[in-house]
Amino acid sequence: MGGSGSRLSKELLAEYQVRETRSPGSLRAACARERMVPVPRPGGWARPLAPGGLLTLLSRFAFQDLTFLTKQEILLAHRRFCELLPQEHRSVEESLQARVSLEQILSLPELKANPFKERICKVFSTSPSRDSLSFEDFLDLLSVFSDTATPDIKSHYAFRIFDFDDDGTLNREDLSQLVNCLTGESEDTRLSASEMKQLIDNILEESDIDRDGTINLSEFQHVISRSPDFASSFKIVL
Amino acid sequence: MSQSPAFVLNVLETPEDPEGQEPSPYDESEVHDSFHQLIQEQSRWVAEEGLELQQRQPGTGTLLGPEGAPVYSMATLRILASMPSRTIGRSRGAIISQYYSRTVKLRRRAGRPQLRDMGRSARPSLRLYDLELDSAVLEEEEKRGLLVKELQSLTAAQRDHMLRGMPLSLAEKRSLRSESRPPRGKRRAQRRRGLLSCCDQLRDSCVLASHNLGLALLSGLQALMPWRYALKRIGGRFGSSVLSYFLFLKTLLAFNALLLLPLLAFIVGVQAAFPPAPAGPVPTFTGLELLTGGGHFTHSVMYYGYYSNATLNQPCASPLNGSQCAPEAGSLPYNMPLAYLFTLGAAFFITCITLVYSMSRSFGESYRVGSTSGVHAITVFCSWDYKVTQRWAIRLQHDNIRTQLKELLAEWQSRQRPRSACGRLQQVAVLGLVWLLCLGTTLGCTLAVYTFSELMIEREAVLLLLPLVVCLLNLGAPYLFRILAALERHDSPVLEVYVAICRNLILKMVTLGILCYHWLGRRVGTLKDQCWENFVGQELYRLMVMDFIFMLLDTLLGELVWRLFSEKQLKRKGKPEFDIAGNVLELIYGQTLTWLGVLFSPLLPAMQIIKLLLLFYIKKASLMANCQAPRRPWKASHMSTVFVSLLCFPSFLGAAVFLCYAVWQVKPSSTCGPFRTLDTMYEAGKVWVRRLEKAGPRVSWLPWVHRYLVEDTFPIYLVSALLLAVIYLNIQVVKGQRKVICLLKEQISNEGEDKIFLINKLQRVYERKERSSVQGRGAGNGQRGPFLPGVGDGGWLLASLGGP
Repeated sequence: MGGSGSRLSKELLAEYQVRETRSPGSLRAACARERMVPVPRPGGWARPLAPGGLLTLLSRFAFQDLTFLTKQEILLAHRRFCELLPQEHRSVEESLQARVSLEQILSLPELKANPFKERICKVFSTSPSRDSLSFEDFLDLLSVFSDTATPDIKSHYAFRIFDFDDDGTLNREDLSQLVNCLTGESEDTRLSASEMKQLIDNILEESDIDRDGTINLSEFQHVISRSPDFASSFKIVL
Repeated sequence: MSQSPAFVLNVLETPEDPEGQEPSPYDESEVHDSFHQLIQEQSRWVAEEGLELQQRQPGTGTLLGPEGAPVYSMATLRILASMPSRTIGRSRGAIISQYYSRTVKLRRRAGRPQLRDMGRSARPSLRLYDLELDSAVLEEEEKRGLLVKELQSLTAAQRDHMLRGMPLSLAEKRSLRSESRPPRGKRRAQRRRGLLSCCDQLRDSCVLASHNLGLALLSGLQALMPWRYALKRIGGRFGSSVLSYFLFLKTLLAFNALLLLPLLAFIVGVQAAFPPAPAGPVPTFTGLELLTGGGHFTHSVMYYGYYSNATLNQPCASPLNGSQCAPEAGSLPYNMPLAYLFTLGAAFFITCITLVYSMSRSFGESYRVGSTSGVHAITVFCSWDYKVTQRWAIRLQHDNIRTQLKELLAEWQSRQRPRSACGRLQQVAVLGLVWLLCLGTTLGCTLAVYTFSELMIEREAVLLLLPLVVCLLNLGAPYLFRILAALERHDSPVLEVYVAICRNLILKMVTLGILCYHWLGRRVGTLKDQCWENFVGQELYRLMVMDFIFMLLDTLLGELVWRLFSEKQLKRKGKPEFDIAGNVLELIYGQTLTWLGVLFSPLLPAMQIIKLLLLFYIKKASLMANCQAPRRPWKASHMSTVFVSLLCFPSFLGAAVFLCYAVWQVKPSSTCGPFRTLDTMYEAGKVWVRRLEKAGPRVSWLPWVHRYLVEDTFPIYLVSALLLAVIYLNIQVVKGQRKVICLLKEQISNEGEDKIFLINKLQRVYERKERSSVQGRGAGNGQRGPFLPGVGDGGWLLASLGGP
C-alpha cells in the first residue's frame, strides 16, 4: 500500500461513496478519471466485461479485503449477478449499482429449493423495503456462506435468518416456524402439535441458559459452538 | 447519568410524577431511604400476594401464558425488547458497540506500542471505557466514532481482519475502513518519529505484504483446486455425509503425493539416472505384469531389488572403501543405501507429523467441551445442509430431519421410562451372540488365510490365488456382518455405525497381520537365494490390484445390479444407500497396503494415486446413477475425525511397526537391493556413522548424537515420560475448564432468574400503578402508559414509588 495509487483510489472511493447516495452513474465518472479501466459505453457491452478491468475495479472497492471471498469467487459472483440483470444493464458500473429483485435472486439454482431462501435474502438486503439485493449485498451473502468465513459471523447470520419476526430473539413462534421449515411446510409433513411442543420445550430446556423463555444471540452461539458440523453445512457454493 | 438513553420508548410519562427529573447524586440519602422503603413495601406485597410462590419453572410456570409465553403488559415487553442481549441480534448500533469492545480487547491483548505514538484524538480516554459498562447511554453515531478510533489504532491487516468479521453490510464496512485509515499527515509525522516507528512501519508493511502474498497464493491454489465442481455437485445432491467420503479420498491423495515426492526425487529419479548393469536378460513386457506385478517390472525401479548398493556418481571403483578416495575428488558422491534409508525415514516422518497434526486438529474441532449435551437444539439449529440444491435432495433432507426429530423425541420419552429387566437381558444376549458370531467369522477368515499361505509355500501355485482369497474374504465378511447387525437392533444409529466399523476393522487388520507374519516370518526363510523383498513387494502390488478390482466389482454388483434388481424385481422404490463407513474402510485398507509396501516397492504410492484417481470418478458415477444419501443422521465431522484417527492408529502405526521390524531385525537378501552385503538394513546407517567417526572431528557431533540419542534407550524413556506428563496435565486442565463452565452456567441461570424476578416486580409495579391511577383519576386516564424509567440502577423503582 502507500504511494499515489492508493491515494487515488482512496479519493475515488470517497467520491464513490459521496455520489452514490446522490446520483447513479457516478462510478463511470470515477472510472473515466483514472483511465486505467476502459469506460464502457452504456449498453455497449453485451458480455459482462473483460476480467482485467473488473479486477482493478474490485480491488479499488476493497471487495477482497472486506469479504471472505477470493478474487476468483468475486469474479464468479459478478458473472452470476450479471446474468440476472437485463442485457442492457450488464456493463461494469451499472452492474455494481443495479438492484436485483427478490424473485430473481430466488431463481438462482443455489437458492431455489432452499426453505430459508426468503429469510436469507431479507437478512442480506440493504434496501429499505428489504425486497432487492445489490451486488454488494450479494457479495455479503456469499461471503458469509463461504468456506473461509469465521464460525462467529456464520452463527450471527444464522441467528438472524432463524429470527423470523426480527425481534432479536428466538421465541417459541420462531422455533416452531424453524422446525416447520426443516421438516417441510405441508400439513402431512409437519410434526404434530404435541411433538412440536415437546421439541420446543426440550430445545429451550437445553439452550435457554438464563431461563427467560427465549434464546438470544449468545445462547444460540453457545449451542452452535458445540456443533462442529455447522460451519461445514452453513455453506453455499456458487 | 446521561440524559440520552440509547433506546427511546414511546411511553408517556405521568404528569403528576413529582420526581420527573432523574435522581442526582445529591439525593443519595434519599435514594437509600427510598430503597429501604421500597424493600419494605415489596416484602409487604410479597406477604400479601405470595409473590415468592411464583416459581420460575421454564415453560410451565404460572408466569407463562397458554402458549408458554409470559404474559406481560406492553410497557414491560418494550423494555424487554430493548435489553442489550436482545438488541444485539438485530440492531446495527448494538453490533457496532459489541465489536467496539471486541476491538478494545484485541488491542489490549496485543499491547501494541503504537498507542504511545498515537495522537491525542485517537487515544481512548477514560470516558470511552464507560461504553462497555453502559452501552445504552451513548448515541449510535458516537459509538461508531469510537469504533473508528479503535480501528485506527490497529494495524492494517488486523483492521481488515476485524472488519471482515463484522456482521455489517459491505458499504458500512467500507466506510468504516476508509474512515479508520490513519490520516496521511499523521503518517508522515509518525515517520519522522524515529527508528521505532520506522521499524513498526516496516513490520506493518511486511505483515501486509505477506498477507497479500498469502491471499494471492491462496487464490492461486483455489484456481488449481481440482474437482471443485464435482464436489459441489455431490454436496448439492447428497449432502455433507457422502461428501465426507470424497473429501477423505482427496486427503489420501494428498498423503500419497507427500510420500511419493521425496521418494521420486531422492531414490527413483537418481537410480533411473544411473541405471545399474542388468544382471540377466530382461523379459519383455506382456501386459500380464499389470496384474501380477512380476516379469518385466521386477527389473525396473518399481521394486527394491533393482536398486544398487553402490555409491553413485563416485569416481572410485570400490564403493566400500570410500575412505581411500579424497573427498574433494569428483562431484558429490551419492550413497544409495543411505539415501534409501533416510528418504524413506524422512517421508514416513513427514507423513506421521501431518497425520498427527490433522488428527489433533479435527479432534479439537469436533470434540468440544460439552458437545454431547443438547441434541435437540443442535439438530434443529445445525442440521440443515445449505449446500444441497436439488429438489428431490431437499425433500429427502426434509424427510431425514423429520425422522431424526421424531426418533429423538421417542428416545427422549423412552429414556423417561426405563426398559424392563427382561428386555434388557434379551438385548444383551443377542448382542453377545452377534459379537461371538462376528469374532468367529473373523477367526475363520484368519485361519483360512493362514492355511492358504502355508499351502502357497509348499506349492508354487498361481500367483494370484492368495490375494484372490484375501479379497474374497474381505468382500464377503462385511456383508455377513451387516446381516448379523440387523439382528441386534441398536438404540442409536451412531453406535450401529461404530460397531460396524469396529468389526470390519478387526477383520482387515487381523488378515493383514497374518500376511505380514507370513512374509517376514516364513517367506524370508524359504526364499533363501532369491530376492524376498521383491517377492513381498509383488505380493503387496497384487493385493492392491486385486483390492481395486474387487472394489469395482462391489460397486458394480452391490450398487448397480442391486439397484436394477430391486427396481425391476422387487418393485421397491428408492435406491440403495451409499455405505460411507464401508467405503471409507476400504480406502483405509488400501492405504495400509501402500504404506506396508513402500519399502519394497518405492513406486507403490504412485500406483495408489492412480487407483484413487480412478476410484473418484467411478464412485462418483456410480453414486450419481445408483445411490441415495444415507437415511441415518450422520455426524460428518465426528466421522471424519474417526476416520483420520483410524488412518493414524491401526493403519499407519501398524505399517510403521512392520517396516521398523523389517529394517531393524530381518536380514536383507544377499543377491539384490541396496543392502545386500549387510546384516540388517539399519546397518547401513551404522556403517556410515562409523565412517564419519573416522573421517575427522568436523562432524564428530553426529556419531555422538547417534551413540547417546539413538542407541541409548534412556532418552526415549525420558521423552515418553515427558509426553505422558504433558497429556496428563492437559487432561487436568480440561477437567478444570469443565468445572468452570458448569459454574458459569449456574451463574448465568441464576442471573436469568434474577432477571425474571425483576421483570415480575416491574410488571407488578405497573399493575399496581395502573390500578391506583384508575382508582384515583377515573376511567378517562386508564389507557395512559406508565412512567418510563431511566436506564439502569433502579431509577424506575424510585420514580414509581414516588408516583402514587
